[in-house]
Amino acid sequence: MPSHDVMPNMELYQPVQVEDALAIAGRLAERGWLVGGGQDTYGWLKDRAKSADALIDLSAIEALRGVRETADGIEIGALSTLTEISENPLIKERYSVLSDAAAVVASPQIRNIGTLGGNISQDVRCWYYRRGLSCYRAGGNLCYADTPQGMNREHSLFEASRCVAASASDTAPALVALDATMVIRSLDGERVVAAQDYFVGPAIDIENTTALQPGEILTAVRIPSTWANATFYFEKVADRNVWDFSLVNVAAAFKVSNGNIEDSRIVCGAVQCTPRRVVNVENAIRGKAKTSATAEAVATMSTQGARELAHNGFKVPLMQNLVRRAISA
Amino acid sequence: MSTHIGFDFTPPDVHGKVTGEIKYAEDYKKEGMVFARILTSPLPSGRVANIDYSEALRMDGVVGVFTADDLPPVPPPANPALASEYITYVGQPILAVAAVSEEIAESAIDKIKITYERRPFCVDPLESLAPGGPNAYPEGNTLVRTREEGPEGTPIVGAEIKDIKWTQAAIDAFRAGKEPVGAEFTNEWEYGDLEAGFAEAAAIIEEPFVTMGYPHHSLEARTGMAYWENGKCYFHGSSQSQSANDNGLARMLNIDPGDLVFINEATGGGFGSKIGPYPYMAITGNFARMLNRPVQLRITREQEFYIGSARSGMQGWMKMGVKADGKVSAVDLIIVNDGGMTGGGSGGSSAGHVTVAYQPQSMRFRHISVYTNTTPRGAQRGPGQNEMAAVLAPMADKAAAAIGMDKVAFRRINAIDSNGFEGGNQGPVTSAFVREALDQGQRLFGWEEKLAKPKRNGDKVRGVGVGIGYHGAGGRGYDGLVRIGTDGKLYIHSGVGNLGTYSYAGTCRAAAEALQVPWERCEIVRGRTDRHLPHSSGQGGSNTIFTHTRTNWVAAQDAITKLKEIAATDLGGAADDYTIGEERVFLSSNPSQGMTYAQAAQRAIELGGKFSGQEYPDDINPITQRAVQGLAGTGLIGVSKDKIPGQGQPPGILVGFCEIELDTGTGKFEITDYAAIADCGTVVHPKNFDNAMRGGMVWGIGMAALERHVYDPQNGLPANTGLYQSKPPTNKDVPVDTRMGAVNIPDPQNPTGGRGIGEPTQGAAAAALASAISDALDGHLFNTAPTTTDMIVNHLAGKSYSSKSLKTNTF
Repeated sequence: MPSHDVMPNMELYQPVQVEDALAIAGRLAERGWLVGGGQDTYGWLKDRAKSADALIDLSAIEALRGVRETADGIEIGALSTLTEISENPLIKERYSVLSDAAAVVASPQIRNIGTLGGNISQDVRCWYYRRGLSCYRAGGNLCYADTPQGMNREHSLFEASRCVAASASDTAPALVALDATMVIRSLDGERVVAAQDYFVGPAIDIENTTALQPGEILTAVRIPSTWANATFYFEKVADRNVWDFSLVNVAAAFKVSNGNIEDSRIVCGAVQCTPRRVVNVENAIRGKAKTSATAEAVATMSTQGARELAHNGFKVPLMQNLVRRAISA
Repeated sequence: MSTHIGFDFTPPDVHGKVTGEIKYAEDYKKEGMVFARILTSPLPSGRVANIDYSEALRMDGVVGVFTADDLPPVPPPANPALASEYITYVGQPILAVAAVSEEIAESAIDKIKITYERRPFCVDPLESLAPGGPNAYPEGNTLVRTREEGPEGTPIVGAEIKDIKWTQAAIDAFRAGKEPVGAEFTNEWEYGDLEAGFAEAAAIIEEPFVTMGYPHHSLEARTGMAYWENGKCYFHGSSQSQSANDNGLARMLNIDPGDLVFINEATGGGFGSKIGPYPYMAITGNFARMLNRPVQLRITREQEFYIGSARSGMQGWMKMGVKADGKVSAVDLIIVNDGGMTGGGSGGSSAGHVTVAYQPQSMRFRHISVYTNTTPRGAQRGPGQNEMAAVLAPMADKAAAAIGMDKVAFRRINAIDSNGFEGGNQGPVTSAFVREALDQGQRLFGWEEKLAKPKRNGDKVRGVGVGIGYHGAGGRGYDGLVRIGTDGKLYIHSGVGNLGTYSYAGTCRAAAEALQVPWERCEIVRGRTDRHLPHSSGQGGSNTIFTHTRTNWVAAQDAITKLKEIAATDLGGAADDYTIGEERVFLSSNPSQGMTYAQAAQRAIELGGKFSGQEYPDDINPITQRAVQGLAGTGLIGVSKDKIPGQGQPPGILVGFCEIELDTGTGKFEITDYAAIADCGTVVHPKNFDNAMRGGMVWGIGMAALERHVYDPQNGLPANTGLYQSKPPTNKDVPVDTRMGAVNIPDPQNPTGGRGIGEPTQGAAAAALASAISDALDGHLFNTAPTTTDMIVNHLAGKSYSSKSLKTNTF
């Protein structure tokens, strides 16, 4: 095995304009690797578990940074750091579920360099896959985690399709809860994809976690005003209180009128390959009082359809408890 | 009246560490230096059938390849520097490549083609003990020592591998938490009347337990750099110890210890993994000789996980009988250790912990240590004792509850005192004041008040716990060496390593104290062999404070004797007529008649012989003899072997008290209070004591609740090679405000009164936290260390937890 801490030789492109980055990404297509903060990238490359011919470093493109107000909400540059997201007054005021989520990603050092685009586009953290084993996701024909002996405490409860890896992002559930859209550009132009469609499970594409195609760059995240100033809830449960991935997290937005829930979006992370909306719960609580009793009545619904692996059964009660808490808080 | 012992001071390397000026092994460069990288095994078990490195050697910038063939053969059970016939774990070094840059060396590794032959592998001891179970070595699965075990951290000698299997019935019983009747063990002891002990018990508890191993994660990986000049090897290494490396490292390089200069001014942690020379040093030194160029072998974070050694895991069973008055009347203990590829386990120390913590009236211990195809195992902070403390505390709580006794009262009635004993041979201790520590800690923590507080607040439940940590903390018989220069300064030569605990500096205070020299007039001489350093213990086992305050004390006493003799020679009268003070030796009856230390040092040089090191005692170690020879004629030399009378184990004991608030919705908890009281004799350096207490507490929290160590039973791969995956506690997982104190009663067998305390600080915290978690959950026993979030969530949801089958390396 290699030493796991030396970067391989590869070409490096450092564009400062989006257009230049798009041209390079378009030309290199599958041979290129986009990097923002690099917190997912460098592990892959130094471990030599994945490789690319060329690195396209986006970090010098100022146009991809910052939070802007739009006619219908806000637009966040994909390269905005998680620290910036967590501290941005506009986001804290109107969309605190996102700033709350960004504030608990990894550690302060990682949040200072890690970007929103990177956090939502990061690869799964299945340790078998990350070791470079030839599993389904890596182009092989088996899954090491979904076996009676697999060490799968962190893996998925839902929507497994050959692969049981879980989404690692804390901000992704918040963006789904906020009904965000992703602005994707390429040499062919721009397309805007709903957050729910941006995240892709193994049944659709087993080798990628997002809808991004070679040559495309996620340039911004738009959050509509639909859920601005809603009643929010975010909670992350991880083994450690900092520098850890979620065992389960929940991001929720509620429109409450006279104590009753008019509408809600409740999304759990780390329970499947993509953020999981618990639509059945959302439907069940619509029009109900936002109380502990309501929460208690629907919590177990949140895990309907869960398929436990050998070591991840704890995620079922944990997810139920977090959904219960989101509603009753 | 003490002037140094018990007072704060700033060790001389602190400034360099704060500013970054201090150099670690990796910071040293030498003209012509090349960079070595190691290629490691992707297999858990097998052999190297063929290596083809021709393509790598042809690369520009590659200067050489070093394989197992370049070293003397090392048959099992020893841990080789480079594997060939016996690959026994994923990540085991196979060969090293040197090149003019790391990038080239790393690229060269990609070009090397190795043909492997696979063998069966095993990652769980009980799997291996089962009938037909896989063995980690072709020869068998069990390390059997044929000679007495050496000191902690020393290489295994006098051992062989045997194939031992239990019956399926025994395996099943053990997994089910019952005694494995008829099972074979390799180590057993018993004292007292066990049967009578259980017969008179008012309550008996019987519990299985499992603790996991844990690789070392010292911030500084074990990088080395070596070069040769005129037949001498200059070796920049990363070790906990200094002089304790000399003989072993010289043997690895096949040179006389006098031809080795081991340089190690600062070390970024060792915690038991770097007590003495480790096998990979042989690669660096011998590769440098082969290439006739300086070689740096930098070890990466990932490689440190593999080769840095790990704590041994335990699978165990305990039956404890308690009399109505609370006295523990009988303990029956079985431990199966996960010995990794090195085979050794800490079960004996675990049993020793039980004896010290509860002083059972009778006890039986049965032990077997089983090889697995996991990383090498070795000492790690309180090996055996601390993980035992973590699983034992809730069991003790259950026993106390069974007879209706308070947890602290139960520990108090069973507490060791100065007439108590340690271990299966019931050996004496130098002194012990645990009842005093419990009383002091109970008051400091507010135990009674906390017991009276409400238990539940919404989703949160409170729990309070108490734990005891223990480690034998001191050695005897090493050498001290001091020199008074003609400048009048006191030069304290220390062979103690600078492993980050600052004990090297604290122990030197004993010489300053004895000679009554102000600290600013003292200089610690250390960090490289050619600075003439005495024979010292390895800095493991929390021994340094006891061991080397004594050596520095006896060296200073020798210097004092010589000062008086010189004064008597020059000024008349008998040596006994003289005394010392204010850096002078003078006539007790007429203080004006005397000479300064500077003058005495000049006279020592003129007088020669024993006064200035031309002669020295016969009983000092050859390492010290060489050091004295190097210093001869440069001042007044004080040198002596520690022969301070006394016997018994100097115990380091800590009692910890912990309060938590556990969230029943998430399984997470917050530590709302932690207080601890040490029984470590006189506190030599208060600030450093405080640091040790905090650091140990942090790791204890990790041991009890956070650490991960997972191996895949399907392919032998470890899941948590990265630091973040191993989950040491962060600053947000530990309490900010803690309260620490010490009984501070001097140990009678140390002139400065001190005993060590480094290791038990972890065990007491782990035990107190485990006790508090159990208390919060109405006395539920997880019987695991650690007890992680998922286990707590499962318990609260009425689900079983994953370690119930006693599987280790899975949580």
